[in-house]
Amino acid sequence: MDPVIELDGLEVRFGNRAILKNLKATLTGRSIGLLGPNGAGKSTLINTLLGFHKPSSGTARIFGRDVRTHMREVRGLIGYMPENDAFIASMSGVRFVRLMAELSGLPPEHALERAHEAFFYVGLGEVRYRALGTYSLGMKQAAKLAQAIVHGPKVLFLDEPTNGLDPPARLRMIALIQEIRDRGDLHLLLSSHLLRDVEECCDEVLILKDGNIAAFCNLEEERRANRRFLELETRGGVDGAFVEAVEFARRYLPQSHGDCRWPSIRKPTGRMTAR
Amino acid sequence: MAVYKKTYRPYDGALTPSFTRFLVIPRYAFEEMRKSRFLTIFFIASFINPLVCALIIYVQHNASALNLLGVQNAGRLISINTTFFMNFLGWQSMLALFLAAFTGPGQVSPDLANNALSLYLARPFSRVEYVLGKMWILIVLMSLMTWVPGLLLFMLQAYLEQGWTWMQANTSLAVGIFVGSWVWLLILALMALALSAWVKWKPAAGALMFGVFFVAAGFGVAINGVQRTRWGHLLNISALIGSIWVQLFGANPAENNGGMFFRMPQGQELPLWCCWTALGVLCLICLYMLTRKIRGMEVVR
Repeated sequence: MDPVIELDGLEVRFGNRAILKNLKATLTGRSIGLLGPNGAGKSTLINTLLGFHKPSSGTARIFGRDVRTHMREVRGLIGYMPENDAFIASMSGVRFVRLMAELSGLPPEHALERAHEAFFYVGLGEVRYRALGTYSLGMKQAAKLAQAIVHGPKVLFLDEPTNGLDPPARLRMIALIQEIRDRGDLHLLLSSHLLRDVEECCDEVLILKDGNIAAFCNLEEERRANRRFLELETRGGVDGAFVEAVEFARRYLPQSHGDCRWPSIRKPTGRMTAR
Repeated sequence: MAVYKKTYRPYDGALTPSFTRFLVIPRYAFEEMRKSRFLTIFFIASFINPLVCALIIYVQHNASALNLLGVQNAGRLISINTTFFMNFLGWQSMLALFLAAFTGPGQVSPDLANNALSLYLARPFSRVEYVLGKMWILIVLMSLMTWVPGLLLFMLQAYLEQGWTWMQANTSLAVGIFVGSWVWLLILALMALALSAWVKWKPAAGALMFGVFFVAAGFGVAINGVQRTRWGHLLNISALIGSIWVQLFGANPAENNGGMFFRMPQGQELPLWCCWTALGVLCLICLYMLTRKIRGMEVVR
């Protein structure tokens, strides 16, 4: 299968601080999860793929196009749903999405038609003429998804799409993402710190930690091998609490879940994903 | 009512040429601006002066109209020359400053305040195109106020005078109107966008725009007074523009020191290269300010 995203020794530094450290991976899945705790470098990786940050060394390719040299072409292939609120508050939803479609190169009449379609698709058909500033958080997330898909991208970057959503809204968002994935028209790159979101939507997962690749695996294969992700979280400042928790899980869980591989334990406290 | 199928489908239709894509931004902005009654009235009112000037030119060349008005000697009072066109441009350029101060601050700041830049720039749309699109809005509006009516008046005068012969003899007037306006428009547009990018509160950005022109000029005069020098005029943008207009209009600096509101005080003229350099530096500062702010993602180091 042709690679969707290739990371070729990608390194990004902000001043003296290395945010992404020599990332090497070839992602081929239809739906790729980017998992990791806050500050792991997920958003930086997405922003680098979008050309917002310049790689300090190495490069990345999307469908074989280098982000250093073919940025305009690369951006033409991408639909981007950012993590934070991003819209023009005074504009109506459909007008804003139409503007975004036209900036992607769609002629005005097509842009208008697709803006309406995208709004209906994300379930905001009834409120499409309302100003974006008056939308609830869940509606804003859906509007962000609408502007990301309006121009028919080849790959969709979703940065924390369920951020701040209540459980029903989260379920609706996940169902939409699954529907887009299952249609098979485009590839997904979903960044999240929630294991559940990634598990439900992705078939391949890249786990980042402190700017490094902590793990990379095919979820489908893992599921077939009856392996499961386990999220371990310890709270409190007691040194060694995390080590204790891992030891506990190591002792008892293999009996019920078969083969179990554990990551190296570096921090005595904190949050870590193990498989 | 149109019925839309609730489905996602890829787009495989034609795309617009990438070099025209920046024009999408002004098109949307003009639609928004039309909603402002104040701006519409102000814009329409800015054509009163060109109409009055056109009337003066017409009356000057119409003996029967002069007789009818009983002002047969008016031709001697108002002559259609370099000073006439320079004053016309000065008045219109001051109106352009007001327009830039009203509309400029609303260009970039809402996009920054709403984090919309990441959405613009995640598309096949560059930062240069974004700035160009935003500048285009101001430049089109201000062009309609300055060099467009200016050249129309020039052509009217040429038509009523000796046609082609007069036009050839006074080419410097047309050059002055066109190039002089563009120098001013570019400075105004760049400043308005730069201030809009850095000052998110629109009234403050508008006030700052006036501050840069009037307070800086006052500061320059103070420097001149205290230091007994003339270099303080480097801070007076309108005086610098006035000096450049004198050159572009091909006027005699001893007789003409600029247009209305845009005059360098007599006897205190600065070398022309200093005026050009000062305005160039101002443009570079504005571009630097824009480069720092117009980014898909702001990096906190």
